[in-house]
Amino acid sequence: MAERGARLLVADDNKVNRLLLARSLTLQGHRVESAENGRVALDMLRRGGFDLLLLDMEMPEMDGFQVMEQLAADPLLRDMPVIVTSSLEGVAHVVRCIELGADDYLHKPVNPVLLRARIDSSLEKKRLRDQQKALVERFATSAVAADLLQGGFALGGKRVQATVMFCDIRGFTTIVESQGPEETIDLLNTWYTLMFEAITGQSGVVNQMIGDGLMAIFGAPLPVTEPPLAAVRAALEMTEMIELLNAERAAEGKAPLAIGVGIATGDVFAGYTGTQERATYTCVGDTVNLAARLEAHTKQAGRGILVDGATQAALAGRVASDSLGAVQFKGKAQPVDVFAIDAVRPS
Amino acid sequence: MSDIIDRVVFSELQATAGADFVVELVNTFFEEAPQMIAELRAAQAAGATERFRRGAHSLKTNANTFGATRLGTKARELELGGLPSDPAGIDALQALYDEAAAALKELSRG
Repeated sequence: MAERGARLLVADDNKVNRLLLARSLTLQGHRVESAENGRVALDMLRRGGFDLLLLDMEMPEMDGFQVMEQLAADPLLRDMPVIVTSSLEGVAHVVRCIELGADDYLHKPVNPVLLRARIDSSLEKKRLRDQQKALVERFATSAVAADLLQGGFALGGKRVQATVMFCDIRGFTTIVESQGPEETIDLLNTWYTLMFEAITGQSGVVNQMIGDGLMAIFGAPLPVTEPPLAAVRAALEMTEMIELLNAERAAEGKAPLAIGVGIATGDVFAGYTGTQERATYTCVGDTVNLAARLEAHTKQAGRGILVDGATQAALAGRVASDSLGAVQFKGKAQPVDVFAIDAVRPS
Repeated sequence: MSDIIDRVVFSELQATAGADFVVELVNTFFEEAPQMIAELRAAQAAGATERFRRGAHSLKTNANTFGATRLGTKARELELGGLPSDPAGIDALQALYDEAAAALKELSRG
């Protein structure tokens, strides 16, 4: 059984058609709004909240075919169920509608019984699709989910320019030893929530969680305007959130937390690794190793956020940094220029 | 006004949408249809084939909604017939509309 009471949009330039369709749908328990042409309909859909579109084909300003083309090109509206209601003659029109992604085609005047059946079936399909999407997102992150839903799944990857971030809680072992396991899990959940918020807020993707640490990528799988700047801003927000968390912890008489963040920019090899049954989106390459080394180096350097030369150069002075000179890391042939980011808000 | 309105179609409409609502809907049709016919005349005079076809298409759909079968058939003829060289077809359509409107007025209030 499909749920009743969905929010539907009726797009038809003919007032009698619009009123009659809206009436039928209201009587079936739905909430109905209407638009008198395709452009108005598209604007309303883009504001969000609709479950299904009933679309007339012949309309002034923007016709039904154009509306469906626009929907198909819009990642947020691509999955909007569309039922075409038209009295255009000829199978060619029906075929074109189905090709453009219409769920169904109803001839006008629309039979109310048929209308009800088609709407229920479309809403049910949408519900299953939404459920599937939510499931993928819970286990992936929305960017990876979007990439999966768009391109399908295939092992292997591609070389991309990206910024990689590693972050962990300093002295986590000491904290674990000083409190019970429930409290530790609580703390980790809070910490992850705050870090995810900051990272996804800057369009980064958290792709690994390892105990008290995480790895995030900016610029893959989906492009980000300026990955280095986004990563550094995320790191600054993360630092700020930890300060807020520490204020709460202080009030409860608990020791403050500190995080270390390492950021590096360059070529990475990004894609799905694992098996057909169990795979994860990840990045490998020198840039990834360097970000991990920089994160580890925060302890010796006594600074919260360390970045490599490529990241620092891409900031172009928009975030203050100071040079710590060249550092020789394990596994690196050449010493690497290291910069510390001051934990102040970027202007 | 014998077969100007198909009673089966019209009473089904009343049964599914509600008789009161159909009164409203008929009144909306009375507001819209004269504009559509005027649009047909303007399109015919201007030689605007597509505008003419669209106008006839719209009127056809509404006529069929109310069971105004003969009006619907005439509108369909105009929709599929291309741009006419004279307004004779529109005059015939107008006559059918007037007849259908009178019948609808009576039926919807009956």
